[in-house]
Amino acid sequence: MRVVIDLTRCQGYGQCAYLAPEVFTMHGDEAVAYDPEPDEAQREHVLRAAAACPVQALHVDRNTMRHWTAPVRRLGDGSGGAVRDGHIVIVGGSLAGGRAAGVLRREGFTGRLTVIGEETHEPYDRPPLSKQILTRRVPAAHARLPRLREVEAEWIPGNPATGLDLSTKTVRLADGREVAFDRVLIATGTRARPWPHEAEAALEGVHVLRTLEDATGLREALAAGPERVLVIGGGFTGSEVASACRELGLPVTLVERGPAPLVGALGGVIGRIAGDIQRDHGVDLRCGVTVSSLEGDGAGRLRRARLSDGSTVEAQVAVVALGAVRNVEWLRGSGLAAGPWGVACDAGCRAVDVNGLVTDDVFVAGDIARFPHPVFHYQFMALEHWGNAVAQAEVAAHNMVSDQAHRWPHLSLPVFWSSQFGVNIKSVGVPTLADQLVVTQGSVSARRFVAVYGYKGRITAAVTFDQAIWLEFYQRLIERAAPFPPDFRHVDMRRDTGPGPAEVPERALAGEGATVVVTGHDPAERSASLLYGEL
Amino acid sequence: MASDDVFRQILDPAARADPYPLYAELRETPVFRREDGTWVVSTYREIVELLHDPRISSDRRNLAHRPEGDVADGMGGVSFIATDPPEHDRLRRLAVRHFGPPHSAGRVEALRPEMLAVTTELIDGLTGHTRADLVDEVAYPLPVTVICRLLGVPREDEPRFHAWADAVVESLGPGEEDRAEREQARAEAVSKLQTYLADLAAARRDAPGDDLLSGLVTYEGPEGRMSPVEVIATSALLLIAGHETTVNLITNGMLTLLRHPELIKRLRAEPDLIVTTVEELLRYEPPVHFLSSRVALADIPIAGTTIPAGAPVVLVLASGSRDPAHVSHPDTFDPDRRYSEHLGFGGGIHYCFGAALARLEGQIALQQLVNRLVNPRLVEDPPPYRPSATLRGPRHLLVDFDAVSPAGP
Repeated sequence: MRVVIDLTRCQGYGQCAYLAPEVFTMHGDEAVAYDPEPDEAQREHVLRAAAACPVQALHVDRNTMRHWTAPVRRLGDGSGGAVRDGHIVIVGGSLAGGRAAGVLRREGFTGRLTVIGEETHEPYDRPPLSKQILTRRVPAAHARLPRLREVEAEWIPGNPATGLDLSTKTVRLADGREVAFDRVLIATGTRARPWPHEAEAALEGVHVLRTLEDATGLREALAAGPERVLVIGGGFTGSEVASACRELGLPVTLVERGPAPLVGALGGVIGRIAGDIQRDHGVDLRCGVTVSSLEGDGAGRLRRARLSDGSTVEAQVAVVALGAVRNVEWLRGSGLAAGPWGVACDAGCRAVDVNGLVTDDVFVAGDIARFPHPVFHYQFMALEHWGNAVAQAEVAAHNMVSDQAHRWPHLSLPVFWSSQFGVNIKSVGVPTLADQLVVTQGSVSARRFVAVYGYKGRITAAVTFDQAIWLEFYQRLIERAAPFPPDFRHVDMRRDTGPGPAEVPERALAGEGATVVVTGHDPAERSASLLYGEL
Repeated sequence: MASDDVFRQILDPAARADPYPLYAELRETPVFRREDGTWVVSTYREIVELLHDPRISSDRRNLAHRPEGDVADGMGGVSFIATDPPEHDRLRRLAVRHFGPPHSAGRVEALRPEMLAVTTELIDGLTGHTRADLVDEVAYPLPVTVICRLLGVPREDEPRFHAWADAVVESLGPGEEDRAEREQARAEAVSKLQTYLADLAAARRDAPGDDLLSGLVTYEGPEGRMSPVEVIATSALLLIAGHETTVNLITNGMLTLLRHPELIKRLRAEPDLIVTTVEELLRYEPPVHFLSSRVALADIPIAGTTIPAGAPVVLVLASGSRDPAHVSHPDTFDPDRRYSEHLGFGGGIHYCFGAALARLEGQIALQQLVNRLVNPRLVEDPPPYRPSATLRGPRHLLVDFDAVSPAGP
């Protein structure tokens, strides 16, 4: 059987761990780890756990992701203008693509549906790859997602798209095939950013972590008991890998270019707390330095790394966790505004072409989509979060089969989560859009707290450490543009940190690697074009 | 003002058998102020918001106007049900450590064989009869036996603490007008229960067992330990809540099933169905109808009005779970609902501590009763109810049956 917990919704009540303790385990107060494909013998327990979840975040076998019990408006109810037939092609068969396929059918789309995937597997869940799969709590193959429903669709696995032609409305595949569409959804996501030096990246022992194969390989490398693991990059993936290594009892050195781990996502104040937690768990944390080179032995195996401060780290395994690269190469020359920033689209997931015009039949969802968020000054943002992929796929799929009067905007606030070192970290809003931070509830020293971010006197984000149960309250404050700092009395008001600077890093421009050039004078002939550099 | 009348009717024992039409009237004003200054919240969305709102306190010492004679915690001393974080979190963590994950993950699940054995024995006891009061014969003795075993309280002392627990339960309730008298009655019962538990805790301290009370008195961790007063307050809370609520779940459950005989047939044929049946019971006929000891710490704008700081707040959980804005056909009992979220165990940081235990007890008891009672029929409908509007359930549930089948394999 297959199980997935929608951790965006999960509030850490732990009821699943009471009722199916062999499938769901709590790490610390709030973080839950589980076997995504438990043994059939556990079915009775898993069903009890799913029924008991107070927020109904646990999905068994079917992944409907429906969290309301009132009837859903379906097509064919006289709303008019709905697209029910034709051919829809989804490029990308992971979380967003798989989810969109199911939603299209749920919405009543009865036409032809084709899903084109780069990988050969059916959709699987990536979060377990850096956690319970690395620590061998569950078998390596146990990550497949529950099927949304038995989606009637043609799946074309292992055959990535290589081109998109908007004039003929066709997708070109790696094997040369051309697939015509009436509407297309771009959901090709991201891949791990490789180590920049090719020869060093090829050393045995140097890993990235994005796919199931990556996880399987890294898991085996960790199981071999290296004397030390080097993690390059202290973002969420790097920190989770370090956590898994410590859980396995492996010595680990984490090298982070910034002043603390998680700084890029959460700012310096919270980053320092995350760093303290890492050190308490025995991570050899080196901040403010970078890895200059990776060195191998005569047999091409990783032996050591040289750091920018002149020191060296002897390690047999290195995990390159330098973020992700968006899979946009296949869209070059398509006329879409696709570049290192992702694929630009409107809030309804319709792709924007190179001139900034919205297209009618091309939609985007998931990690690759770059969309304007009304709550955050209409800034264009690309969110590499599980919850965003699900929510945006839902909106995109709905809009693909709805007329103009029935389209939905993708307005959900970004929520993400990470569990590391027995702490459940969740956030809502955009922590990087902040100038100030205050810890409202709980205490930093106890490592259970709610931190609220403000920008120009308004609340823009909140981060919880083992306090996820309060997150939705702060979400409503963000949605209402409530004043910062919060000025009301509430429980657990200790205020041991702030208000003070959030220490959010200056944002790097995403446009590096592509340049926009505008030509023409007359409004009818003016147009933009993209010049690509190295990605 | 019509809503105040409705609320008075809800508290009137005459409404006990079917308060749901009155809840529907309440929901016409999702958040309203009673004449005595209490704010009543009856719609799902608003209740869920307030359960997760850090501006809501569970500590009555935050009331702007405290009635004379009010004590902070009717359960005796300071237990987590009547405290706010950080005290609440510390006390609850110290208690969970001996009850649930991560430190005692398998504890509730490990009680299953015993729950089944106790249930089997209780139903065996009905053999040879054709009429029984399911409250006295099954629904009450099962949870009391389980909570005694779990806590480490001698089962034979039940007649003593049962009287005290009843007195405490009957004093619970929304409304401020007669609260002082109720609090006094409660304080007397609580004091006797405290003395009883203090002796027991002292004995466990000297000779600890593997029970929860022994855990509470002996454990000391990075966050310290429970003080003797806290141990007594916590164990009193668990003892009372552990057997005064599940009895209603089982009794309301049998009552509802007997009103839906087609479900009894289905439950015999589809063993998995009991799981969602119990969830639907928690939505449709929950054991706990109100949370009535909350206080606003700040002015809270909600549903077009503002609950002022210092005001008492009552959350009508049983009404929220039947809110048609949240659930379709709310007054239909339908165990086939999927993704059904309900307020049967509350929500937020005060979510029922013993929820997992109650669910298993409910599932086991109802499944066994359904399987073993041959042709069960209600003797009177509605049955007589206990007086409490808060912990609502039948006082007796007389059922006729043709025979009792032997226990299954």
